[in-house]
Amino acid sequence: MVGIVGFGVYVPRYRIKTSDIAELWGEDGEKIGPGLGVFEKSVPGPDEDVATISVEAARNAIKMAKIDPLDIGAVYVGSESHPYAVKPTGTIVAEAVGCSYNMTCADFEFACKAGTAAMQAAMGLVASKMIKIGLAIGSDTAQGRPGDALEYSAAAGGAAYLIGQKNPLATIEETVSFTTDTPDFWRREGEDFPSHGARFTGEPAYFRHVGEGAKLLFAKTKTTVDDYDYFVFHMPNGKFPVAVGKQIGVPKEKLEDSLVVRQIGNTYSGSAMIGLARILDIAKPGSKIFMVAYGSGAGSDAFSITVEDAILESRGMVPTVDDYIQRKTYVNYATYAKYRRKIKALG
Amino acid sequence: MQLMRSIDEKSKHLGKEVWKMRNRVAIIGVGMCKFGELWEQNLKDFTLEAGMYAIFDAGVPGSDIDGMVIGNMSAGRFTGQEHLGAFAVDMGGLGDIPAYSVEAACASGGAAVRQAYMAIKSGEHKVMLVLGSEKMSDVNQTEAMNTISVASDWEWEGMFGATFPALYAFMARRHMYEYGTTEEHLAMPTVKNHANAAHNPWAQFQSPVPIDVVMKSGLLADPLRVLHSAPVTDGAAGLVMCSEDLAKKYSDTPVFIEASDQSSDTLALHDRKSITTMNAVVSSTRYALKEANLELKDINVFELHDSFSIGEIILTEDVGIAKKGEGGKALEEGITEIGGKFPVNPSGGLKARGHPVGATGVAQIVELALQLRGDAEKRQVDGAEKALAVNIGGTGATSIVHILGR
Repeated sequence: MVGIVGFGVYVPRYRIKTSDIAELWGEDGEKIGPGLGVFEKSVPGPDEDVATISVEAARNAIKMAKIDPLDIGAVYVGSESHPYAVKPTGTIVAEAVGCSYNMTCADFEFACKAGTAAMQAAMGLVASKMIKIGLAIGSDTAQGRPGDALEYSAAAGGAAYLIGQKNPLATIEETVSFTTDTPDFWRREGEDFPSHGARFTGEPAYFRHVGEGAKLLFAKTKTTVDDYDYFVFHMPNGKFPVAVGKQIGVPKEKLEDSLVVRQIGNTYSGSAMIGLARILDIAKPGSKIFMVAYGSGAGSDAFSITVEDAILESRGMVPTVDDYIQRKTYVNYATYAKYRRKIKALG
Repeated sequence: MQLMRSIDEKSKHLGKEVWKMRNRVAIIGVGMCKFGELWEQNLKDFTLEAGMYAIFDAGVPGSDIDGMVIGNMSAGRFTGQEHLGAFAVDMGGLGDIPAYSVEAACASGGAAVRQAYMAIKSGEHKVMLVLGSEKMSDVNQTEAMNTISVASDWEWEGMFGATFPALYAFMARRHMYEYGTTEEHLAMPTVKNHANAAHNPWAQFQSPVPIDVVMKSGLLADPLRVLHSAPVTDGAAGLVMCSEDLAKKYSDTPVFIEASDQSSDTLALHDRKSITTMNAVVSSTRYALKEANLELKDINVFELHDSFSIGEIILTEDVGIAKKGEGGKALEEGITEIGGKFPVNPSGGLKARGHPVGATGVAQIVELALQLRGDAEKRQVDGAEKALAVNIGGTGATSIVHILGR
């Protein structure tokens, strides 16, 4: 069965506290963290972008999987902050990790779920035996307009998943998607920052799509909440995944371990995939994981995953999600503004 | 106040005494859509819904309706659609009857009711459909705020950033200074109106909210907070109105409009002698009571325009429920609760029912008609016989008062 043969994550070391951002904009710093469920967010360094983050995550995944990069037949990078508008990030990653020239490659974009869309594409190629192993990455250096609500959560990070059939660490039994044309969040060509439909991003966008995606997966797999040990939802903030979990009837303790958003913010294409990695870091063999990624625009990708015995041998070889969360250096707003090139006079 | 017309002069001029008894106007059908952020419905969908409910409620054949008025503030900016008269008649399949929209900012709905009232009273129309409608959630928050702000004196207020929260904050701050109104008082209309709306299936917010939550909600413009303010709402409300002689033919429970009055005041707040009184409300209420030959004590239930909680406090005083400065005290004493002497906003008011600006004035009349018919279920004011609605535009530059009786 198709599954995950290796995975790796990367989160930049810099952090800014959401209370520091609030203070600059005259908001109540003490209320922001608990209100949003985001206390700190990761900040990419001045020399980090989606290409470097993707390469770091992919290297971790390859090391864990103990595979030959030449066996990778497809490299797909999902992001909404690709460094180039035209010219793939994927080619940079493929060469950096030592892939063959005889492979296919493309960049994906579907807001925050481009990475899981890449996983689905890789699953198809592997299942149909067109390729041996596919590399699917979700990675972002998310943008938030200074002073906008997004600025409290838009963070940086990525996760890479190697999809194959031989000795999977976890098998993916099923995946389904729910897709509509819903303009909740967008960024047009050439614009520095995205726009969003304020409260419209909630009920008709995130909650509808995550809810419907979950429903489809339960129906297709003939399972219920009780059949799963862990749940992972896309984390635009700390509140939404908890609220959607409540709607679906997920007990708190089954969701808690995936909520990396509190410490690193919303890593967009990396969000649900880093949440899943955190679970794979700790879950016992036999555990069942239910994941729903969400992308604005809008759609959800839902996955039913079972952890296999092979996972035990893979541990300890590469840094875990928690290792990256704990490796941090705080910056103030001024440094953050400089690193994120928000100071216009710098050019 | 010196410019206020004398009541006798006005009555004489309009000859109202002569006309009043022999040609009353009846409300024979009411309807609403559920108010809220109606992401899945456009202006057409929910306006049609409210209109159809009103027509079904009246039991009037569509072919008997001979005119239509729709209250709307700014569909052109909110949705890109104007010409709402023909728009509504067309979608309702009402044939070639005359139809038009009226605009008086947040009092557009009240103005539509009043236009139909006058048209029927004059004998020009027999049976009319009155709608109020607004779709506010299709634009971003800044655009919504700018669209509402044009109801202020744009050159002197809106353009300089004096948004409605800011203008009402001036009024609230001054009211606190002059009369000792407290932050607790400012929170009380919200608590009361949410409690009422919990029993209103059409309301946007049907859950009670405790006072400490209101008092800790985010500041909009000090001292006004988010939960002192009516929300952005999509929604529509409708009425079928006809002349008294036809009312019995269609309805066993007609409700009559005993008075319809309207006054204007300066558009800008700073041109007023006092910003803690709305003169247009004072005068239009007095005219209406006189026209209906009633005193305030005869009124059993009120819908007062609470776009901000300070608005309900000021209106409670200006219609005469409380003395000037004692609107907060009236709330404290529970006088304006359902079960109190003068129940205000049993529907939940603008705060909790929601405030689709052009629909609000019509929705107020829908609620009062239900109250007088005894159809208001768990929020029923027992035995209500007379009811009064105040629908205002801007910071009170337009005030439209209707008194209903059964």
